Amino acid sequence: MSGNLHMFVMAAPLVGALTVNLAGRASRKAVLPLVLGFLTLSLVAALGTMAGVLEHGAFTYTVGNWQPPFGIELRIDHLSSLMLVLVSAVALIASFASLQSVAKDLADRQHHFFTLYLILVAGLHGLILTADAFNLYVLLEITSITTYGLIAMGRGRAPLSSFNYIIMGSIGACFYLLGVGYLYILTGTLNMADIAARLPQVNGTVAVATAFAFMLVGLWIKMAFFPLHGWLPRAYNDAPIGAGVLVAPLMTKVTIYLMLRVMFSVFSPQYEFFQHPDVQNLVVWGAALGIICASALALGQRDLRRMLTYIIVAEVGYMVGGVWLANGTGLTGAVLHIVNDALMTLCLFLVAAAIISRNGSLAFDRLQGLYRRMPWTMAGFTLGAFAMIGVPPTCGFFSKWYLILGGIEARQWPYVVALVFSSLVNAVLFFRIIEIAYFRGGKGHGHDDHGPVTEAPAMILAPLLVSAAALVLVGLATGPLVSNLIAQFVPVF
Amino acid sequence: MTIQTSILPLAAVLVSLLASIPIMLSHRVPNLREGWTLLAGFAKFAIVASMLPAVLAGGGYQWVIAQALPGVPIALRVDAMGLFFALVASFLWIFTSIYSIGYMRSLQEHAQTRYFASFAVAISATIGVAFAANLFTLYLFYEMLSLSTYPLVTHEQNAEARASGRKYLTYILGTSIGFALPAMLLAYAKAGTLDFTLGGILAGKADGMTVAILLVLFIFGFAKAGVMPFHGWLPAAMVAPTPVSSFLHGVAVVKVGVFSILRVIFYILGTGNLAHLNLGGVITTLASVTIIVASLVALTQDNLKRRLAYSTIGQLSYMILGAGMLTASGMTGGILHIAMHAFGKITLFLCAGAIYVASHRKYISEMDGLGRRMPLTYTAFLLASLSIIGMPPLGGFLSKWNLVIGAVEGGQYLLVVVLLVSSLLNAAYFFPIVYRGFFIQPQDAGANAEVREAPLLCVLPLSVTAFCSLILFFWPSVFLGLIQQVVGP
Amino acid sequence: MGGFGAEIVAKYNYWIYVLLMMIGFYAMIAKRNLVKKLLGMNIFQTAIILMFVSAGVKHGAAIPILDKHEVLEHGVHAASVVNPLPHVLMLTAIVVSVSVTGVALAIMQRIYRRYGTLEEDEILEKIGE
Repeated sequence: MSGNLHMFVMAAPLVGALTVNLAGRASRKAVLPLVLGFLTLSLVAALGTMAGVLEHGAFTYTVGNWQPPFGIELRIDHLSSLMLVLVSAVALIASFASLQSVAKDLADRQHHFFTLYLILVAGLHGLILTADAFNLYVLLEITSITTYGLIAMGRGRAPLSSFNYIIMGSIGACFYLLGVGYLYILTGTLNMADIAARLPQVNGTVAVATAFAFMLVGLWIKMAFFPLHGWLPRAYNDAPIGAGVLVAPLMTKVTIYLMLRVMFSVFSPQYEFFQHPDVQNLVVWGAALGIICASALALGQRDLRRMLTYIIVAEVGYMVGGVWLANGTGLTGAVLHIVNDALMTLCLFLVAAAIISRNGSLAFDRLQGLYRRMPWTMAGFTLGAFAMIGVPPTCGFFSKWYLILGGIEARQWPYVVALVFSSLVNAVLFFRIIEIAYFRGGKGHGHDDHGPVTEAPAMILAPLLVSAAALVLVGLATGPLVSNLIAQFVPVF
Repeated sequence: MTIQTSILPLAAVLVSLLASIPIMLSHRVPNLREGWTLLAGFAKFAIVASMLPAVLAGGGYQWVIAQALPGVPIALRVDAMGLFFALVASFLWIFTSIYSIGYMRSLQEHAQTRYFASFAVAISATIGVAFAANLFTLYLFYEMLSLSTYPLVTHEQNAEARASGRKYLTYILGTSIGFALPAMLLAYAKAGTLDFTLGGILAGKADGMTVAILLVLFIFGFAKAGVMPFHGWLPAAMVAPTPVSSFLHGVAVVKVGVFSILRVIFYILGTGNLAHLNLGGVITTLASVTIIVASLVALTQDNLKRRLAYSTIGQLSYMILGAGMLTASGMTGGILHIAMHAFGKITLFLCAGAIYVASHRKYISEMDGLGRRMPLTYTAFLLASLSIIGMPPLGGFLSKWNLVIGAVEGGQYLLVVVLLVSSLLNAAYFFPIVYRGFFIQPQDAGANAEVREAPLLCVLPLSVTAFCSLILFFWPSVFLGLIQQVVGP
Repeated sequence: MGGFGAEIVAKYNYWIYVLLMMIGFYAMIAKRNLVKKLLGMNIFQTAIILMFVSAGVKHGAAIPILDKHEVLEHGVHAASVVNPLPHVLMLTAIVVSVSVTGVALAIMQRIYRRYGTLEEDEILEKIGE
């Protein structure tokens, strides 16, 4: 047992939220060190937890020593420890840029913003840890409510986008809760492992299928799985830039993780894949369709951030499809893509933050000559773009490798085609921008060849470069990552 | 027959990649910057050449860079075929670099630092392709080459260059992601490995239909080889500065495409397996059509560089044709033609560039009488075109001779006809250029008065490479020795 | 008909929740007024809460307040007390629902201040889309 280090992962941002709120009232200057301090603490604890799991294996933990199934149980295994590290690392890296941009845009509401920010991080950690189906609902709503608040702080039509998100998000959460209700009536328990143990007794009934369907659709709404994605592009685009860098990389990815938990810790692969092969096929085809449609929609955008939001929707299709391929390779790819996509999205949203801080606009026709004005930012952008396209050795290639391989193994050709199509579309999307930002606005556009370099502030640039470097490093470390962490989770089919 | 673990292959790949850093840092001091370029060029060739004795003796070198995927590492391994290609590429790169310096300076091009840095990355990627130990590593460097040559193609930055750059990427990246990547994964799913193994990894593991699909996907997927109908990028990429064109056509890009296809045919699909499944015809048909059509189109081009581009498309398919014959001589001819064509075509492009530097002329119809003003350049041009047509005593004869023998050995007499017809066509599109240069007087008698040989840095490389074509006819033994290890005695 | 009708009568409470849920769902999706959407959301949530609560119902059972000594001596007779867990859970769910409603109302206020209306069509018109 590695003690209760994992509790610090969750508790640090939670305590941090309260402290920041109180101290921030007294002094604006207190916000920055407190936020960074608590998030660093959380990351260190997460790394410690992962080291413990790698050494001693997975374990469960009962909060306050109330024994399950009555008390709340936490489950710390290879997958959840990986997710803890991912979330805390992304939250820490993103917070630098958030601190910078929030200090500029929402100067008088900094402490409010970061209270929500930290509660959101704590909620995400809670979602990862919990082994209780109802607890998961509560934490899901905690993260959602903080996200609603963060998004509503944006400019322009942000409140309306946030309101629409509330409506859609609540439908998703209610569906999930409804499914949990069915399960509770059927099994009399809410503990995931307990439900899993009792489900075989009632297996095959319509009620179980209904419960599964409600929970799954609820989560699909929350993760913006096509065609339930309508709320996402607007909400993420209108969010303040400081919130976008946290919410965009993490929310959909953590929800995918929740889908994995529901599918593998509550229900079983046997149940969802092999008892209903038609459903399995249908979901994979749906994912393929979603990837293609979202990619096509991304092609129509003329603004960097809007384009990214549609790419996020397409990537959700990657992961859902990968999980539902019903083989180990696809599942490995999906889990790997959770990590990779979080890093890629983080990198590209940080680029967006950097460009906004100097350029003011993300519209394509305003990006001319950016490579000269912001060389480091655009170097990071190029790496992020390569990862999204799937150019080796950036990490995006490797998860795509597993996903396509899984598709081939499962003989799901539409899904394979969709992945390849989406890679091609990404290539078009990003090279269009590279062409504008690199090759336009050079000669005869009013800028001389060695125009002033106005690089983004260090608080944004540093995390941007760190995340860009991570894309390559994680890519090269795919082998160990898969064999030490992900393979431990992936069940044998 | 020992494979030793050594950092030499990695050093060969990295030396120019690392050189791109000082190149970028010394952007204010052009002499120093070009010094780095040349230093890296010589160092690279020296490292590659130092591996020759061991490989000729049947050994090799290997180095694992990273265990990126379980069972599929990023790894380098030097074998005869890889070393063959690396020798050609790194040797010719030296001349491309020298020539680039002369060309870029005399035309006072912009963004020279970006140019030289991209160049350095591109040659690294080329050597990476040559030394890749498995298909995944090859793919990695293949993509790296595509991306690093994009700024070179788009160098001019005007609307035409941007459009060409877009076309270049669409073809190259589109096919590699759309065809080669799925094919690679399909091969992996069937064979469970991607390591290059002489004789292939798919024998008995995939049915005929799958292998046929893989074959077509790979041939089209490595579109750098310009097999029709995925050849459109080559003429479009002609907008780039001439040293880039020569790099694209002579040293690296197209050859990397062909090399990748040959690697796949010999080491993934396996010639024995292909022969067993009767799939050689697929390769030879695709290649023959490309050879004939490209040669015919080349006849109609007035822009010198475009004519050379279509000539390249045709010549590349010779190499693929040779592999598709699935006979020892055919394969020898195909591989050998990589080197012979490289020396010939790089000379031709350097000549085209020298003519442009000296006279600012791009169209063949404007080049009357230039040969008398630029005798060295035109003599080199003549030698190189003779080599490509396949006349003795030039290197190109050897490869074409082997190809013809290979076709006869395999009883594929139709291919002999293709080879002969296309050689005639080659002569038909090359000789008029030389003829105009030497024997036709310009209509405006004073038009050529100002024209003089291009600067020494331009003329020297092209003279040397032309001379090499000649030497290779008499001393091809190093290359043949390497090829023998691939195809067997 | 008889079997189906009997089914409805026997589980009438669940049918009522389904009806409520549908009403709420309809309002959230179809109504263009933001307040009505929010009301729909509350109806939806209430229906789920009711469903959970009625799942804990036992006929003739008492409230689950037990005498410690008696329990220690005789144990709990499960049929004699109502299962308290669903109620406890629903307290949490109510808190969640109230919080969401609160956030939604606050955001709605901001929308109203900026656009002077809560009709979605009119707001979109003012944004200019």
